[in-house]
Amino acid sequence: MGREKLLLIGNGMAGVRTIEEILERDAAKYEITIIGEERYTNYNRIMLSNVLQKKMTVDEIITNPMQWYNDNGIKLVHHDPAVKLDTDRKQVTTASGACIEYDKCIIATGSRSFILPVEGAQLEGVLGFRTIDDTVQMIEQAKHYKRAAVIGGGLLGLEAAKGLLDQGMDVTVVHLEKWLMETQLNEPAGNLLKQDLEKQGIKFLMEKRTTRLRGTTRVEAVEFSDGSVLEADLVIMSVGIRPVTGLAKEAGLKVERGIVVDDFMAASARDVYAVGECAQHNNTIYGLVAPLYEQGKVLADVLTDRPTEGYKGSTVSTSLKVSGCDLFSAGIIHERDAIKGIEAFNGLTNSYKKLFIQNNQIVGIVLYGDTSEENRYYKMLRDKLDISALNPVTLLASAAGEASSSVADWDDADTVCGCNGVTKGTIVNAIHTQQLTSVAEVTRCTKAGNSCGKCKSTIGELLTHVLGDKVTKAPTGICGCTDLSRDEIVLQIHEQGLKTSKEVFQALNFRNAEGCSKCRPAINFYLNVTFPQEHQDEKESRFVNERMHGNIQKDGRFSVIPRMRGGQTTPQQLLKIAQVAEKYNVPLVKVTGSQRIGLYGVKKEDLPQIWEELDMTSASAYAKAVRSVKTCVGASFCRFGTQDSMGLGIKLEERYEYIDTPHKFKMGVSACPRSCVESGVKDFGVIGVENGFQIYIGGNGGTEVKEAQLLTTVATEQEVIDLCGAMLQYYRKTGNYAERTAPWIERLGFEHVKSVLLDPEQSKALLAELDEAVAGKRNDPWTEVRNNENREQELYTVGRV
Amino acid sequence: MTQVKQKVFVANFEELRPRIGREIMVDGSKIAVFRLLDDRVKAIGGVCPHKQGPLAEGIVSGEYVYCPLHEYKVSLLDGKVQEPDDGCVATYETAIEDGKVYVLV
Repeated sequence: MGREKLLLIGNGMAGVRTIEEILERDAAKYEITIIGEERYTNYNRIMLSNVLQKKMTVDEIITNPMQWYNDNGIKLVHHDPAVKLDTDRKQVTTASGACIEYDKCIIATGSRSFILPVEGAQLEGVLGFRTIDDTVQMIEQAKHYKRAAVIGGGLLGLEAAKGLLDQGMDVTVVHLEKWLMETQLNEPAGNLLKQDLEKQGIKFLMEKRTTRLRGTTRVEAVEFSDGSVLEADLVIMSVGIRPVTGLAKEAGLKVERGIVVDDFMAASARDVYAVGECAQHNNTIYGLVAPLYEQGKVLADVLTDRPTEGYKGSTVSTSLKVSGCDLFSAGIIHERDAIKGIEAFNGLTNSYKKLFIQNNQIVGIVLYGDTSEENRYYKMLRDKLDISALNPVTLLASAAGEASSSVADWDDADTVCGCNGVTKGTIVNAIHTQQLTSVAEVTRCTKAGNSCGKCKSTIGELLTHVLGDKVTKAPTGICGCTDLSRDEIVLQIHEQGLKTSKEVFQALNFRNAEGCSKCRPAINFYLNVTFPQEHQDEKESRFVNERMHGNIQKDGRFSVIPRMRGGQTTPQQLLKIAQVAEKYNVPLVKVTGSQRIGLYGVKKEDLPQIWEELDMTSASAYAKAVRSVKTCVGASFCRFGTQDSMGLGIKLEERYEYIDTPHKFKMGVSACPRSCVESGVKDFGVIGVENGFQIYIGGNGGTEVKEAQLLTTVATEQEVIDLCGAMLQYYRKTGNYAERTAPWIERLGFEHVKSVLLDPEQSKALLAELDEAVAGKRNDPWTEVRNNENREQELYTVGRV
Repeated sequence: MTQVKQKVFVANFEELRPRIGREIMVDGSKIAVFRLLDDRVKAIGGVCPHKQGPLAEGIVSGEYVYCPLHEYKVSLLDGKVQEPDDGCVATYETAIEDGKVYVLV
């Protein structure tokens, strides 16, 4: 007897989560097929605003790669929406004409952006914000257009607005109501939010009803009912979402606003179920992830014949993913008859809290500015705690300093991960029974932390609490100060808008308040890459070589290696080097491994003067940065040379010198396949051939010898240079500090890196991002010291008595 | 028997950058002086007992400095090398008077 056929319509978060829950319970029960409309495998839709806000890439938000479908024997009908559901014959037809039979069918078609039915809504440049495609389009359009109007000041609209602002647009949010996020916030909190967002540069038009979008082919302006007009060449509609129910309706299922389901997620036809944003349970449609996951669990129980009490509805809570605007909202947040509020406003910190109380129980919470107590209040709300013993002042007073703020003192039933409904008890149990030692492992085993990621620091705290010292052995922590991996730290830097290493250490509970010699340079690097304009490079967090701009020798003296682009020098330079070496009694003059000349054994206090006399720039031969480019003499002198390798090497060096990278980044350009500069063991190696240039990446000649892999062959020097920049930026964004490109490529997968770099769009975007990030920063550090900028010369002082 | 200590000028307090060491040579021996994040000033022997690394060039975290050569972690309070390594360096009293930093040798 064959297995029963389970068909999921909709390849999104709610549906795929349900499948995961089913697999967890009984992986062998069904033969599973998933029909997906989008071009992507399942991704974390919540993170789209992070993509738009440049905090993450599209690849990073894919939660289930194709591998997952293969590994679990799931057939994915990709990029081919279901168009017909026949509940009598139990089959579904897709747009391409495929007909799929089922024994059980789950509808999880989610929802779409609601596009206001006004004139002009079909114009070019009017978008929703719902899918990867929407997001990619927004990013693309932001490059060509200047003024964006976001219609709708709700959660999604504000995240979209912040994203477009980060993409460099001039953004105005148009909102119908008197204050922002009116379903989650009351007026005072909404106004505080507006002030904070205004400070970040977003403009607002409140109480405006959009009546028409003006334009001939592309949108040009938004018209309002009061006659006023806002010019805009990109309009984002974020006035709400509508469940996708067309398929269900045509199939004759009972559909009101959503597909009507009972407590067991069953729709009105036999063997058809619905979960997620398309489902209507007890007159309510949920648009947040936590309830959808709860529904998924119930349905998984039902479909694997496990006992379940059914779904009873959810209390929802919300937070906003915009840096610098911490807010939390849960339950009923408007006063009416029996519901009264108590509130407190702290003008010093611009924070606000209001609790809504009915029959001595908290029924609603609004926190703005300081959300550190969301768990304390949320617990009171969820557990329907009798608060009659607490007077309003004690209730509103901060619990800071009390033990209850530490996760160690939470009850086992307290929720750590709100998105996935994972309690402290579940996590502690998993840590014990499955011997987990890192946040990443906890996330893998319990799902806590895999949606919005906000709770990861709490999970880290919990690990330390349970395991004590053992947790330091977790392989994922970047050093003994933390259990968080590089990715987790970088995500939190983005999420929480952490701008200094001090903030990082504090917010992420590093064991040493000032970090250690391992994490300090790493965090400084991540901050530099994340906030290139805002983060002030921390000299005291740089390793001595990068702080002093010379390589420290075993006796504490330094080396001086001047830049000679492409390995080319002149008699004048050689004379100068000789004079300096003689004058300062430099103990060793040597040709270096990458075709430069090094002066070794220079005293620290002599460095500024030597640089002055050399009047040459630094070759960065000490830094985790783009290093010098090795070249052969090439076509101009060599009888085998096919290309001008020296010329290209010099161009590459000129274009990218003084850019920091996770580890040193070495390049070589050879003019023929004999590859005299050993391009095959370079991070970025070029070999000239008759018809162009072969590009090899990820090679390494030291520690662990690694042969570079052929990325592609291109025709022009410009393509070589552009690809190099794209690779540099991708390496900077995704590399672990102190990870060379060879292990980096191994970790990410060569095919993946290749697909990113060879995708013209992504490659172009990376290069633009690199240029923006390093603009004004690629200065020769020796010159800066010579000019005594920022009193740099003090660093070279040695007192003598 | 009491020994009279010599007061040696290091630098003006403002010239010392928090968490970046300053080296001074007194009678041929190296002393590393540090201004901590909380503006206390500490001085220890400037040479790591392991392989003679210059401690003044190390990364400073709280009350410790990490030797730049092999990351030995040395206490700025008592000069002790932290586990799992061992060893120790001298410590020196410091004084700040009229914005000037001195080491007592």
